[in-house]
Amino acid sequence: MLNSAIPERLQALPWLMLLTLLALGGFGLAVLYSAAGGHMRPWAFNQGIRFAIFFVMALAMSQVPLSWWLRAAYPAYGAVLLMLLGVEILGAVGGGSQRWLDLGIIRLQPSELMKIAIVLALARYFHYLPRVETQRWGSLIAPAILIGLPMALVMLQPDLGTALSIAFGGVVIVFLAGARMSLFVGGSAALVAAVPIAINFLHDYQRRRILIFLDPDADPLGAGYHITQSKIAIGSGGLSGKGFLSGTQSHLQYLPELHTDFIFATMAEEWGLLGMFFVLACYAILLGWGFSVALRARNPFARLTAAGLTCTLFFFVFVNLAMVMGFAPVVGIPLPLMSYGGSAMMTAMILIGILLSIDRQREETTIGEGPSSF
Amino acid sequence: MKLTSEAAREQMFTRRTLFVGAATGGLGLVLAGRMAYLSIFEQEKYKLLAEDNRVSVRLIPPRRGWIVDRNGKPLAVNQPDYRLELIPEQIADLEQTLADLTRLLRLPPEEIARIREAAATQPKYLPIQVASGISWNDFAAINVRLPDYDGVQPVRGFTRYYPDGQAVGHLLGYVGAPTREQYLAADRDPLYLHPAFRLGKDGIEKVLDVPLRGKAGARRVEVNARGRVIRELSTVNDTPGKTVKLTIDRDLQSFAARRLGPESGSVVVIDVWTGDVLTLVSMPAFDPNAFSDGISHKEWNTLMADDHNPLINKTVQGLYPPGSTFKPVTALAALEYGISPDATVHCPGAYYLGSHRFACWRRGGHGSVGLDKSIFQSCNVYYYTRGREIGIERIASMAKRLGLGHAYEGLSLPAQREGLVPTPEWKRRRYDKEWLTGETLNTAIGQGYMLTSPLQLAVMSARIASGRSVVPRLVSGGSTPGTIDVDPEHLARVRYAMGLTVNGPQGTAGRSRLPIPIQMAGKTGTAQVRALTSATRGANYRSIPWKYRDHGHFIAFAPVEEPRYAVSVVVEHGGGGSIAAAPIAKDVMTFLFAPEIATAALEKLEEGWGREAAQREAVAAAAARAAASAPADSEPIPDA
Repeated sequence: MLNSAIPERLQALPWLMLLTLLALGGFGLAVLYSAAGGHMRPWAFNQGIRFAIFFVMALAMSQVPLSWWLRAAYPAYGAVLLMLLGVEILGAVGGGSQRWLDLGIIRLQPSELMKIAIVLALARYFHYLPRVETQRWGSLIAPAILIGLPMALVMLQPDLGTALSIAFGGVVIVFLAGARMSLFVGGSAALVAAVPIAINFLHDYQRRRILIFLDPDADPLGAGYHITQSKIAIGSGGLSGKGFLSGTQSHLQYLPELHTDFIFATMAEEWGLLGMFFVLACYAILLGWGFSVALRARNPFARLTAAGLTCTLFFFVFVNLAMVMGFAPVVGIPLPLMSYGGSAMMTAMILIGILLSIDRQREETTIGEGPSSF
Repeated sequence: MKLTSEAAREQMFTRRTLFVGAATGGLGLVLAGRMAYLSIFEQEKYKLLAEDNRVSVRLIPPRRGWIVDRNGKPLAVNQPDYRLELIPEQIADLEQTLADLTRLLRLPPEEIARIREAAATQPKYLPIQVASGISWNDFAAINVRLPDYDGVQPVRGFTRYYPDGQAVGHLLGYVGAPTREQYLAADRDPLYLHPAFRLGKDGIEKVLDVPLRGKAGARRVEVNARGRVIRELSTVNDTPGKTVKLTIDRDLQSFAARRLGPESGSVVVIDVWTGDVLTLVSMPAFDPNAFSDGISHKEWNTLMADDHNPLINKTVQGLYPPGSTFKPVTALAALEYGISPDATVHCPGAYYLGSHRFACWRRGGHGSVGLDKSIFQSCNVYYYTRGREIGIERIASMAKRLGLGHAYEGLSLPAQREGLVPTPEWKRRRYDKEWLTGETLNTAIGQGYMLTSPLQLAVMSARIASGRSVVPRLVSGGSTPGTIDVDPEHLARVRYAMGLTVNGPQGTAGRSRLPIPIQMAGKTGTAQVRALTSATRGANYRSIPWKYRDHGHFIAFAPVEEPRYAVSVVVEHGGGGSIAAAPIAKDVMTFLFAPEIATAALEKLEEGWGREAAQREAVAAAAARAAASAPADSEPIPDA
């Protein structure tokens, strides 16, 4: 397949979605430009370079054969798990939480990659799982381990947000693969029951965040400050915003982490509800496309991977937006494609690259050398 | 559903994916709704909050009004002052910042302790004063380094300055930072929290605080989240307080303070026609400048420990038996009763009431004493006799008409004391006992229960001099006083006799004649602190401990024929009125008419006791040594 003419392959790409992606990324750069007080440095320039590189990378990934993803699924999962373990050990040695591996050129955050690896690994598992096994309880042991191991490691870092997102991606695939409905109904009930116990296992600061999320006014200058200031930024923007480069909340430093986790609030202050709807619409187009890729894909691995990755992307967008609008506790999750930062941008683009690849090969009923199920 | 076929599996996947997709879409709509709610329905609220964030109103404390004397010369002004404040909530590492500032400003440890305490107790957003009165060099040095210190801000402000220092300490009082109680009493006025805001704490500053205070201005500034000012939006200037013009004569006040020199005492000068207080000095005094920036514990303790009571305004708070300065009052009461001024009393040196002996100050007696002589020779026996004849009620009535025994409403000084004019009714109320005739005798010569403040003595003197019901006032304006209910002829006679006290050949204050062609009338007085034997009076006077020596009083007015000014001088433990108080009154009165002569006389005196306090102490110590070894002068001291 790699020998088809390049223009033909380009024509086959989903251009509406790619234009949306460019619009979103470009808008993100504009917000970073404003957040730096009308300067390309320190954020917009770096982020622009990164965005361009990763965008091209995603296009390139679209050309990768499905069989490669399938074959790479377990080794990739294993490698990322090892990296997580490595981070944990180094972190323990270094004393304190450590979330990244310093590889010299890039500081890699393995937990970011795990969000994708878990989807691929579980998709592969269910891809090869015989149909009749799908609804047996015994077939859930392996997925539970696959999800549990990285979650535990990430929780140890401790990074609750990422651990939850890994769990979310995994559970969605188990659900879509056809596990018994009763599992999810019961599971949800158990989860609700477990909340009080879980809270005991949280770190003090995490527990505080949740309590303050429930009542931000209890500590307006402390931990509740983030939520309060973010809501002020969003609310004060009104319908059309205060205008580009005119946000007071962001420029006067009332808004914390205005270029990373709270970039949506930074944007909302200057662009108002129209800007927010624009961003929301962009994500809706991306996610809608992702689900359509999943629905149109013709083999289990592709379907599950596409749906799982789409849900993972949704999880990030939703949790971040809910957080900045005071709907969720502050968990430190960036807004994909807009927030400043290399690891998050890379994860989002890899995710999109894989989706593009699946989209291009959606008609394949079998993958590479073997049958989809034996 | 059993997944029997690939189609069934695909169908299940599709259904579940659609379900998940719908769920995400639903959540997306919830987010959209939330966005719309925040930015449309709650826009106003958040706009205000954003504006609250952005705009900070910084109060500008009003410049305090000046206090000037009757000629417009400044008594209290504002001096530009460079200060440094810090806002705890904007400081990342308080200890580090304090350490740096200590190095830059050479802050003493107690200041650091004060700042730490303030940082721990008061709200974190309130500025705390780090230092004031910073020199321009230090101020510049700090300004250069300021970018490194978030939360530290330089402020250019004003501090209260009193050019005459101690001379006006008791009169003007001082200013200080409001207390927590004052802040609460002022309905939590945010101005009270401003580190540069000062309230009047005593004296004129306290009583006239409201007109002096002015109105705060405000600076609207855009601040970032760390409180740093980004730019100025608008400024409403402060309205400075009103200038208060006092009746005080600054030069005279300062002269009187200097003239008291090392003594503990007071000088009051009143315009006998208007009641204008030209001078109100109590010494020793505190330097009000020391309070403007907050006084240290050490300075405070020194003031507290001083047995000369520098913290007490003796002019209105010091109460003394008036002693013989009261005799003109008894004389007026006697005249009013109908006793002829020429009717004499024989003074053998003592008066007997039953078996009880009431002594005259002159052991040998004054012989035949009429009213004039009773005043200029200060004969006790005359007053024992007259007092007994006319009774206590008439004496008390005259005393009250002459302004004794009550505080003066409208005088702009806090904590006036009323003094006491005793009556039988008072004694019954106070002690539940009957009045004794002997007490009338004591009262007639200004001893016993009778208590007056130096200000009251001055008022008494002024009323005798002018026949007007003068009430002392410190702020110009108001009506001219009416006449008092005392026969003008009687007053004239007493004034004549008082003139002889100073100018007659045998007057008790003969040595205090004015060195100018103007005659002063006066009356000496000595108030016993403890009964002294005649052996310790006179010759051995200096061997008595200071605190047991008699108080010296002198009241005076001048010119005798047409009085303009009344003076009262009290020298605590100064000995008799003629030696301690009269010479001071003489110089003060001289200053009113011929300042150069008085100043020359003062400078000569100051050579004796030392101009500066330290020098003064050395001189006093030397004098004490000399007194201990050398025989004291044996000159007899007239008067009682």
